[in-house]
Amino acid sequence: MLILLVALPILAFLAILLGAPARLTAVGAATINLILGLGSIFCWQSKAWEFSLQVLEKPAIHLAFGYIDGMSLVMVILSVIVTLAAVLSGKAPAGSEKLYYGSSLLIAAGAIGAFASTDLFFFYAFHEMALIPTFLMIGMLGRGDRRGIAWKITIYLGLGSLVLLAGLVWLASLAGTFDLREMKDAAGVIDPAAQKGIAALLIVGFGTLVSLFPFHSWAAPAYASAPAPTAMLHAGVLKKFGLYGMLRIAVPLVPDGLQFWLTPLLVLLIGNILWVGLVTIAQKRLDTLLGNSSVMHMGYIFLAIAALIAVPENTLAAPAAIVLMFAHGISIALLFGLADRIERSTGSLDLSDMGGLAKSAPGMAFLFGIAAMASIGLPGLANFSGEVLVFLSAFQDYTPADGLGSVQIACILAIWGVVISAVYMLRAYRNIFQGPAVKSTENAADLTLVDHIPAVLLIIALLAVGIYPNLILNLLNVVKL
Amino acid sequence: MPAYYLEALTVTLGFIILLAEAFVPAKNKSLAGLVGAAGLTAILILTFFSIGPDSKPDAAWAEWPLWNFYQFDSLARFYKILALLTTALVLLMAVDYRKILARFTEDPTTEEGTGEFYSLPIFACAGMMWMASAKDLAGAFVALELVTITFYILVAFMRRNVGSLEAGVKYLILGALSTGFLVYGIAWVYGSTGTMSLALLPEKIAGMENTVPLLFGIALVLVALGFKVGAVPMQMWIPDVYQGAPTPTTAFLSVGSKAAGFILLIRFLTPFLGESSPVRSQVLTILLIIAGATLLYGNLAAIPQTNFKRLLAYSSIAHAGFLILALAAWQPVSGNNISSIEAVSFYLATYLLMTLGVFFILAQVRIHRDGEAITDFNGLGKTNPLLALATTVLLAALAGVPLTAGFIGKFFVFSLAAEAHLWAGLTVAVIAAAAGFYYYFKTIRAIWWIEPSDESPIALPIISKISIGTLTVLTLVFGIYPYPILQLLK
Repeated sequence: MLILLVALPILAFLAILLGAPARLTAVGAATINLILGLGSIFCWQSKAWEFSLQVLEKPAIHLAFGYIDGMSLVMVILSVIVTLAAVLSGKAPAGSEKLYYGSSLLIAAGAIGAFASTDLFFFYAFHEMALIPTFLMIGMLGRGDRRGIAWKITIYLGLGSLVLLAGLVWLASLAGTFDLREMKDAAGVIDPAAQKGIAALLIVGFGTLVSLFPFHSWAAPAYASAPAPTAMLHAGVLKKFGLYGMLRIAVPLVPDGLQFWLTPLLVLLIGNILWVGLVTIAQKRLDTLLGNSSVMHMGYIFLAIAALIAVPENTLAAPAAIVLMFAHGISIALLFGLADRIERSTGSLDLSDMGGLAKSAPGMAFLFGIAAMASIGLPGLANFSGEVLVFLSAFQDYTPADGLGSVQIACILAIWGVVISAVYMLRAYRNIFQGPAVKSTENAADLTLVDHIPAVLLIIALLAVGIYPNLILNLLNVVKL
Repeated sequence: MPAYYLEALTVTLGFIILLAEAFVPAKNKSLAGLVGAAGLTAILILTFFSIGPDSKPDAAWAEWPLWNFYQFDSLARFYKILALLTTALVLLMAVDYRKILARFTEDPTTEEGTGEFYSLPIFACAGMMWMASAKDLAGAFVALELVTITFYILVAFMRRNVGSLEAGVKYLILGALSTGFLVYGIAWVYGSTGTMSLALLPEKIAGMENTVPLLFGIALVLVALGFKVGAVPMQMWIPDVYQGAPTPTTAFLSVGSKAAGFILLIRFLTPFLGESSPVRSQVLTILLIIAGATLLYGNLAAIPQTNFKRLLAYSSIAHAGFLILALAAWQPVSGNNISSIEAVSFYLATYLLMTLGVFFILAQVRIHRDGEAITDFNGLGKTNPLLALATTVLLAALAGVPLTAGFIGKFFVFSLAAEAHLWAGLTVAVIAAAAGFYYYFKTIRAIWWIEPSDESPIALPIISKISIGTLTVLTLVFGIYPYPILQLLK
């Protein structure tokens, strides 16, 4: 059944290519996917979701989909929610509808395929498939220096994927299997020397894809330039591939290798939070600000992963990372969607020449306010649950008598990131929505009813998980039979 | 049907077309190409009904001494299929390319001078098929020369075009040089082992004490075969010859000649890479060095190219590097892992699909835009969206993007190298793949991101349209489900 979720967007893409009405087909496919995805929550442990077709004998590789555990399920649900929001928001330039909606569907299919794969080979392959439409969309429909930026992201992510591939092939050849479920049993057999090498490749490979400092410089300009659905899908969903990979593959299989690189990893993730955080404060445009903030927030998720590496028995770290991945995916998609809407209303995203938009567009101000608060980590919204869990997980095994460990020190530094988030988000909100109206915002049109749908969809998800994080945590605690 | 009928039929087909073509009126010369392609397809079907002496030991022909020179196994069949398929597609490409061929041959206004172009590839094909069945170094040499000499003509076919002539001279000189290397190498191998039969070599070399003369011979043969497959140190001719030769010839060189070179390389190397071979480790070292140098040269030199055809030439060298790396990580058939032979054969089959597809496209771009530079692809996404999509898929496959056949080929090579612990080779291969990613995407960038200078859409002839479509779809299908190709190798 799970193959349906992957196949549907691809089929819709083909239909669009052959002349089906682009927007309608994309929205239809995304809606069915959302219903199927949400429906699967109630029966995800059933065997009916599994699919497997052997495509290679030696080494044994299967085109196989299934929910390995609650983490796959959460990521798939994140993907289907953001996909629908992405195809609903944004407006295709005249004449490019096919490309616009077709690419969005392909990116979604790639992301869902990667999260739903139970085979390492296709886990990697589907992510890569999603990158190509991303490059094309930025290169063809991006804003600003689209060609230069698209070329930069192509090179960065292409190289990152290759480093990752080297690590994964090395890992698979030692583990002797490509099945992600069987791989866990191979955890003990990989010798420590190889683990160090594999861990380094995986950190750099996954890290580049997730914009881990200092491999992050592609991200902010790319998101700023990308058309809204591409930015929403990439920052919200596709980027989580790297974190998912760290949790799914790196942490269980090469724990000793990661342990060896723990201190450098902590330094890098603090670089994400504090360095990129300060860079974010300095941004003068909303789109680059959001791009940088998305890079910054990856640091928190890496912090949870670091806590898990430091103490593999940590029961809180993995759920914390997953909740925050979900929350960040939804909130950043909401922010990018609204930023695009603001630009279409006012023709500008330059923080210095905006203001008073709340008067002419109160609906937009309200929704953007919620999104900004979510991003800062206001209690009641999903990001708060995630961030609190991350900070708690870093201290789960802390005994005051031993003094602070490196993870705890990193956590204390990371908490300052929340202050940084508040500074740039509130400042952006003030500059855009408050104060006297200027020329561009005076007569700006507010959201229409249709514009509300994607935003409300995402906000419901944020509120639901924020108020009752057990929605996700319960899924993660279940041991799949 | 005994297998040697296949070569006999192919040569006969070549002669028939060569003779009949003289009576075909000038404006219908392309008919010869279509008949040739149809004939080759028929022979391709016959390969599935062909058998060797092992399948029917009591037949009279099974006793013939021919079988000392000629073998027929699944590998031979596989490479015969590759040769036939390539040649048929090259003939079809030539049919669609005939305007340009006519412009630079006898009389630019008619197709009078293009007729031979439809029969020559068939003779080369017979040579390639024979190379696939080589069992003896003397026989292999004759087959190889049949291919090479035919190519001398095919490369220089557009005789009113300076580039084509220059390519012809370069190919002739270096080809003759490599022939010299080959004969000299075979002589050393024969001198040190006393046999030219590849089947007898393993027992002759087992326990050999002084291996220096043998290694010298092997090295010379490797250099000569390196010329065929486009490996360092005999890669110098490739960019110039590829660029100057008529596009169908270039496609033929790039796919057919390379595949034939590799099957011969596999046949030649197998005895020396057996468990009991005293030269195994040295040969593997030589191969690894050649692979590394070829990978670096092909990929790094491709980066600054602006002419698309020249880019494909360097990419052809680069792919040869990956293929030789698979041989350097020698893994015999059987076991739980893919063998080097299977990996190389699979890679070549997918390389055939992708490269011929790209050359079909290039031939049409050449006709409609009158150029072969990357800039001639500018804005193809605007003028011909579907063609642009096909080009993107094929180039992404050549770059090794997952879910295309090209990725699985590279994946095999990488896993073989990892299995054999060739860390240096693997590192070079990763660098090479990264560079490959860069230069193939440079063209994809031109197709989608840059505005077209010529707004008129390219009108594809029906043959090209079907061929490009089929090749693209197959590239994707085998990227997800590679089973059929591997099944063919069993």
